[in-house]
This record gives sequence, structure tokens and C-alpha cells, in this order.
Amino acid sequence: MSGKSRRDFLKTSALVGAGVAGFSSAVQAAPKNILSEDRMGVLVDTTVCVGCRNCEWACRNAHGLEAGNVESYEDRTILKTKRRPDIKSLTVVNEYPAGKNAALPVDVKVQCMHCDHPACVSACIVGAFSKEENGTVIWDTDKCIGCRYCMAACPFQVPAFEYNKAINPLIMKCDFCFNRTKEGKLPACVSICPVEALTYGVRSDLVKIARDRIRRNPERYVDHIFGEYEVGGTSWMYLSNKDFSELDFPKLKTNPAPGVSESIQHGIFAYFVPPVSLYALLGGIMWITKHRKEIEEEENV
Amino acid sequence: MSHENVNPVPLQRKYFTPGVIVLVIIALNGLVFLMGRFFFGLGAVTNLNNQYPWGLWIGVDVAAGVALAAGGFTTAALGHVMHREEYHAIVRPALLTAMLGYTFVAMGVFVDIGRWYFIWHPLIMWNGSSALFEVGICVMIYMTVLYIEFLPVVAERFIGKVHLPGFLSGLNKVVDKILRLIDTGLAKTMFIFIIAGVVLSTLHQSSLGTLMVIAGPKMHPLWQTPILPLLFLLSAISVGFPMVIFESLIASRSLGLKPEMHILSKLGSMIAPLLGVYLAFKLGDMFIRETFVYLKEVNTESVMFTIELLFGVIIPLRMFLSPKVLKSPLFLFIASALVVFGVLLNRINNFVVAYTPPYSTQSYFPSFGEISVTIGFAAILILVYRFIVLNFPVISLPGEQTAQPTKYTIKGAKK
Repeated sequence: MSGKSRRDFLKTSALVGAGVAGFSSAVQAAPKNILSEDRMGVLVDTTVCVGCRNCEWACRNAHGLEAGNVESYEDRTILKTKRRPDIKSLTVVNEYPAGKNAALPVDVKVQCMHCDHPACVSACIVGAFSKEENGTVIWDTDKCIGCRYCMAACPFQVPAFEYNKAINPLIMKCDFCFNRTKEGKLPACVSICPVEALTYGVRSDLVKIARDRIRRNPERYVDHIFGEYEVGGTSWMYLSNKDFSELDFPKLKTNPAPGVSESIQHGIFAYFVPPVSLYALLGGIMWITKHRKEIEEEENV
Repeated sequence: MSHENVNPVPLQRKYFTPGVIVLVIIALNGLVFLMGRFFFGLGAVTNLNNQYPWGLWIGVDVAAGVALAAGGFTTAALGHVMHREEYHAIVRPALLTAMLGYTFVAMGVFVDIGRWYFIWHPLIMWNGSSALFEVGICVMIYMTVLYIEFLPVVAERFIGKVHLPGFLSGLNKVVDKILRLIDTGLAKTMFIFIIAGVVLSTLHQSSLGTLMVIAGPKMHPLWQTPILPLLFLLSAISVGFPMVIFESLIASRSLGLKPEMHILSKLGSMIAPLLGVYLAFKLGDMFIRETFVYLKEVNTESVMFTIELLFGVIIPLRMFLSPKVLKSPLFLFIASALVVFGVLLNRINNFVVAYTPPYSTQSYFPSFGEISVTIGFAAILILVYRFIVLNFPVISLPGEQTAQPTKYTIKGAKK
């Protein structure tokens, strides 16, 4: 190789290298997925909740959704049907018959659980979802392509989609009032709750509080904090006076929500070794079979 | 070496027949509903909702579409990687169906995603832990590879025959030169693309199975297993040749050609072992996870699973073991069609039937609009296929050799 061509070669490689580096800094290979020690959470005490649905009203107001006046939420007939969070309400309250040692019905507020190991963050094709340092699971609407894989992945069936919009349909779910908590405010639902059924705090403290409540009032609660271990733990956790399966909570194991799908994915692509080896293997077979064919032909001639 | 089997020519046929007109009507009907989807949103045309985010379009147009296009990489592996030249006559038709198949998979994705104008986002916004991201990227690259693999056919059709209309005729020589350049350039480098095509296919065929693993308990245990990616890969490999036989027999019937039984029978004899391996893993998985208990109760899931396994795998497996079946065009067609049906049903089962959301108030069944779009796409695919085989050298006729069949060889092997 002459000096000139070597210099050209180096120049080209440097250019290609710079290009690759520039490209990879422009793209983000993985979404933010932080599991901070000090992540926040909410403890929902369903034995305290009275089903006033003020949280629904506050949530709609905080998210620019049509809320109506707060008096209209006093109508309790709506509690007769079981509802799910959707594009018009990011949180809903459902009512169930009374549990052990209680006269009043059980009211359960439903919203995104903000998992510690969120399936949506793992699944999203463009990495639009992220688990933030304060425990919130939010998503970047500008990235979303509307594939709805987050909905298929979510173990709690939470994300909703605007099916009836032709342009710019959005994924909608509880964002733990990320914009409010950033400014030091409480989440809208927590701040309005008149009976303090919702406790906002550092998740590890909330677990201690919940354990303490169960220990001091064993006749009031079932000995289970839903969300402490389910799908690897969630930021929102629940206390109740009846079995959680009777309150329509899904039966979930303690392994993280993404399950084995991430291990499979990372196994197939471990440093690109498996695909590259397969490529080399096929190349080898191609070369050998061609070579053998030629020898056969030469012998036949 | 004889190449009497390889003689691809544009077929001399009239484009429009009564059957073609029926297909045009089906295609137009699909396009009408497609317009509804783009003007009024997904909710206006589909039965999808927050409980069932994925339906027929993902199950059939995308998942089954990718699986049924597996004929492309399986025949490429057989014909080019293993150098089994006796199969070269079927490589081009299989390549064409794979190329069209993937094009329609991409179109299926395009219409199903809510924000179709952001379909390019995965190119620059990456998520390495997402199976869907891997499927998306692999499908995009593989589709490009398929188009590159098809370029020599286009070059062969037009080299020496470039007649541009009107003022463009001045460019005739330049275009001809470019085509020749592409042809010689690709002849030397094609092995790179062929191997890449096989590697990319194994990657995304399996990752398509990983997709539903994350749905965890939302998926019926008869299908939910950590070896889903392996099952998807094995079923894709075993449906490759049946799909080629299925298409070849339909094409020769509709184009009035003699079925290429001498190739198809040999191809058919390789299917039983492939299906056998798939069946072994499928049954093994069922016994290890003890999911056969779910077959005792009669419901949609258990019935669909039984149909899938019995008619889609076991019966055709037995048929392909019989020499009589391999020699008869009719039985070969039935056996191949059963495998195709089995894999189609398997993908529908995995993505639609097995999916049971925890808070489901009604079950999902595709709307008339969804079905119209799906069969409309299938009709357009057949129409484009017919147009291409009538105008490009894809299907081989017995006779004088016109194409150089073994030009895609690895560098280093002496000519």
C-alpha cells in the first residue's frame, strides 16, 4: 500500500468513525430507567376511602381534561358499574361490598401503578417511556408511534389510546402529576383527598407505615400490601380489609413485569455474538458446498 | 451440469381474467375501509379498544405475513447457501413472494400504528430491550435486502431493452449502463446479502415470538411460554417450503403451466422432519409446563389449540411422510395448505385468541372493516404478483437456459 493511499484510508476510516460516533450520540440506545432508593410512592388505604371521587375531579383538572363541577361527583350511582381508567379519566374509583369487620363498602382508586420494573418502559419500540428518579413512569408523546405495545405489555391494563382520532392519537395514563411534583406540589389526587386515604411519601417509608398499620390493627386489614412485591414492586401500594382478588386486583407473581422477555432479547443479541457467528457459519457452509461442487465437477470432466 | 429447469421468462398471458376482476373488487373494498381508518381514526374501522390493543391486523397482516414469507429465506438457504442447484427454479418465485409479503407486512404496520407518519422513529429512537424494536429494525433491513436480491431480475429484464419514452430516450444508454453496473456489481457481492437475509430472518422470526412473552399472565398458558421465540422460528422454518409448494401449485394452475412436480416432490420430502422438530418442541413444552390440563375444558382456547396442532401440524406431518402424497399434486397441495393454515392459525391464536386482558368486559372479534382491509391487502398482493410474473423473468419454463443460475457464489471459490 502506498503512503498516499494509506493516508486516504486512514482519513476515510476517521470520517466513518466520526460519523458513527456522531450518529450514536444522536440516538439514545435505551430509555431512562432509574430505580432510585428515594423514589416516591402512594399508599392507598381502601379501608379509609369513602368513594367521594374528588380525586377523579382533581385529576381531570390537573390534566386539562373535561372535569365538570365537583358537585356532580356526589352522584354515587356511577359506582354500581366497574370502570377502568381511560382517555377521559386517568383515575377512577370502584366500589365493592364490605370486607371483614367493616360495615361500609370498600372503595378502590385505580390508576397507573408506576411499577419499579415497568413493562411499558421495557416494551416501547421507540423508548418513549421512562422511569424517572422520583418513581414516576412517564412517556414522551413526541416519540410515540401509536403501536400500542405498551398496552399489550402492561400487567394492570392501564394505558389507554385515543382510537377515535385520525391525527395525533395519544397514549393516556396517570403521570403521577410529574409536572406538579417537580415543583414540590403533591399529586392532585393526594392533595384533594378529604379523608387522607392517600399517603404520598418515599416508597420505603410507605412500606414501613403500611406494615405498622397492619400490625396495630390486625382485625382491620388483611396481611398483604398489594404492590410491595407484585411484579417486582410498584410505587402505588394498597391496603385492604378483604382479599385483593375480590377487589379485581390481578393475581401477579413477584418477578419483574418484563419477565423473561428482556433476558431472551439480551441473550440473542449478547454483543452481537450470536448473529455474527450465525453469519460466519452460513458463509462457511456456502464456501464449502461451492468448493465441493467444483471438485465434483472437475472429477467428472 | 444441466440447468434445464432454470429458464425464467416473463409469461405471455392476458392480465385480466374473471378471477382477477374479483380480486380487484375485493381490493377496492379494502381500500374504502382503509380510507375510513385514515380519515376517522382506528376506532372508526376496527373493533380494537383499551382491552384489546392488537387485533386482526397485527395477528394476520404482520405476524402471519412474516411467517408465511419464510419461503424466501428457507429457499435462499437451500439453493444458495447449500448450493442445491436443482432448486434454483423455485428461488425466484419464492423471493418475489417474500419481497411482496414483507412489503405488505410493512403496509400492515403502517395502517395499524396510530401515528403512521412517525413510522421512521425506530430508526433513530432505539430501545434495545424491546422485542418490537428488534422486529421493526430487522424487518426494515431485511426488506431492503430482499429488494436488492430482486434487482438482478429487474436488470435482466431491461438490459439491452431500455426504451424510455419521448425526451427521456436520450437517457437510454445511461440507464442501460447503470443496470449493467448494478448487475455485475451485485453478481460479485450477492452472497453478502443472501447470508444477511438468512441471518436477519432467523432473528426477527424468533423475536416475533418474544413479542408476546412480556404480556405474561395476560396470555393463555397454552401458548404463553419462554420458548415462544424458538417455537416461532421452528414454525417459520417448517412453513417455508409448504408455502412455496402452495404458491407454486396455485400459480401453475392459474397461469396454465405444468406443475413442477419433480422439484416440489423433493421439496415436500424435506418438510416432515422440519414439522417433526416443531411438533416435538411444541409437545415437549406442553408436557414440561403441564398445560395439557387446559385441554380438558372445552372453550375457545382449547378448541383453537387442538385445531392448530391437529390440522396444522400432525395431519400434514403424517401426509408428508407418505410417498403417495409427495407424488400427487392434489395431495401435496392439501398437505401444504394445511401447514400454511396451521401457522396462520398459530399466529392468530398467539396474538388474538390467547390474549385475555384482566379487565375484559367483552371479547374481541375483528370488524367487517378490519377483515376487508386484510383480505384487500391479500388481493392486492396477488394482483402485483401476477403483474410481475407477466412482465419480469421470475417463473421458469422448461427449455433453453437464459439466466445464469449460480452467479451468487461466495468470493474465493474459483470460477
